[in-house]
Amino acid sequence: MSVTGLALILFLTFHACMNVAALFSADAYNAICGFLGANWYAVAATAALAALVALHFIFAIILTLQNRKARGNNRYAVSTKVNEGKVEWASKNMFVLGLIVCLGLLLHLWGFWYNMMFAELAGCESQISPTDGYGWIVYNFHDRPGACIFAALYIVWLAALWFHLSHGMWSAFQTLGASGKTWLKRVKLISLIWNTIVILMFVVVVVYFALGFGSCGECTSACGDACQQAAECGAAC
Amino acid sequence: MAKNISFTIKYWKQNGPKDKGHFDTHEMKNIPDDTSFLEMLDILNEELIEEGKEPFVFDHDCREGICGMCSLYINGTPHGKTATGATTCQLYMRRFKDGCTITVEPWRSAAFPVIKDCMVDRSAFDKIIQAGGYTSVRTGQPQDANAILIPKQDADEAMDCATCIGCGACVAACKNGSAMLFISSKVSQLALLPQGKPEAAKRVKAMVARMDELGFGNCTNTRACEAVCPKNETIANIARLNREFLKAKAKD
Repeated sequence: MSVTGLALILFLTFHACMNVAALFSADAYNAICGFLGANWYAVAATAALAALVALHFIFAIILTLQNRKARGNNRYAVSTKVNEGKVEWASKNMFVLGLIVCLGLLLHLWGFWYNMMFAELAGCESQISPTDGYGWIVYNFHDRPGACIFAALYIVWLAALWFHLSHGMWSAFQTLGASGKTWLKRVKLISLIWNTIVILMFVVVVVYFALGFGSCGECTSACGDACQQAAECGAAC
Repeated sequence: MAKNISFTIKYWKQNGPKDKGHFDTHEMKNIPDDTSFLEMLDILNEELIEEGKEPFVFDHDCREGICGMCSLYINGTPHGKTATGATTCQLYMRRFKDGCTITVEPWRSAAFPVIKDCMVDRSAFDKIIQAGGYTSVRTGQPQDANAILIPKQDADEAMDCATCIGCGACVAACKNGSAMLFISSKVSQLALLPQGKPEAAKRVKAMVARMDELGFGNCTNTRACEAVCPKNETIANIARLNREFLKAKAKD
């Protein structure tokens, strides 16, 4: 769990950094999308990533089942909040948070991966080119029917992910033994700062495009590639 | 100045591990607030016997907070609500309000089956210790105090780890029924000292394997164990256990 979890956090960090490029330059973002399109190394990395997620999820199910068995069927009649402040809410709800994260992942795969890498591999045609990542961001968060619901679901997903990581990251280091009396507080603080920055990077992109800052206003999804450059966008539309 | 309090006690009755169990209720009148919790239960049992009822069964021994025998999940917390950490035998009635209801339950974990009422079988801990929680090297005659130099910090930390009395509150509080805080303390108290190092790898592997066999859960670092430990053991020990375990496995 800890190794796969940390690998996924590393992936999320790279992903967040790449997303932020969309705030500054459509060209730069689309260049990244082109680099990570239907190339063999990108496909191999995607397969490895899927394996990581699957392993993380399978281990989570196995451990949760083992833990439920170890806990036994009898529950305490009284459960006080005496541990409040000492036991974090997220730490007790990691599996449920993980399920929410998985649902959000399905939404993400449907909204982006299916229309981009999959469409490119399968040779599907659509109004927006599979390599026009910028166009797909504008479409999903601003132009598509129900775009605000799509964006709102993303925010819920990212909030669940933040809670999941707020416990998961330091817990992974603890499980790997990279913690101790002195380092526990430090690891927790570093994890909190790291995760908050990563999640904020995702949130900023969603909010930016949901509020229409990334599109020219008059554009429809049909302009696709033409919208790549904000300067050219007005003329193109 | 001591005062007397009256309250309702709800205590768990169960005839064995397979029995469903239920709560019985008894009104306690005029109990001096400097009575310890276990003394209050003694008074309860005297009253139950006088009424012709079966006494309430609970674990206890030294009543000094050092043997680890007393248990009891009191008002939703192992050993009752003590801010600085204390066992049930060191819990006093002055911590409860007049007219309150006190609920007493056994440790609830699959690895700690109920023997009767609130007496649970914690022999699983003994089995884990038997698996390797000791040193078997021949130490010979006691050496000169300066012959083996141990940093003060290590000696203090080993001593802190050794204060774990194996009461099982960590397992009782853990949502996963994990015994990691107990095992990590027992591994740490030896791993920190030179005398424990020669068998460190063998010890940690054997104790973790035994723990898994006995059906304890996995640690998910919720820190519930740390919050209720009467001896204030910390999860830094669990990190050390994980380090020792990974090191031992890497050597294989």
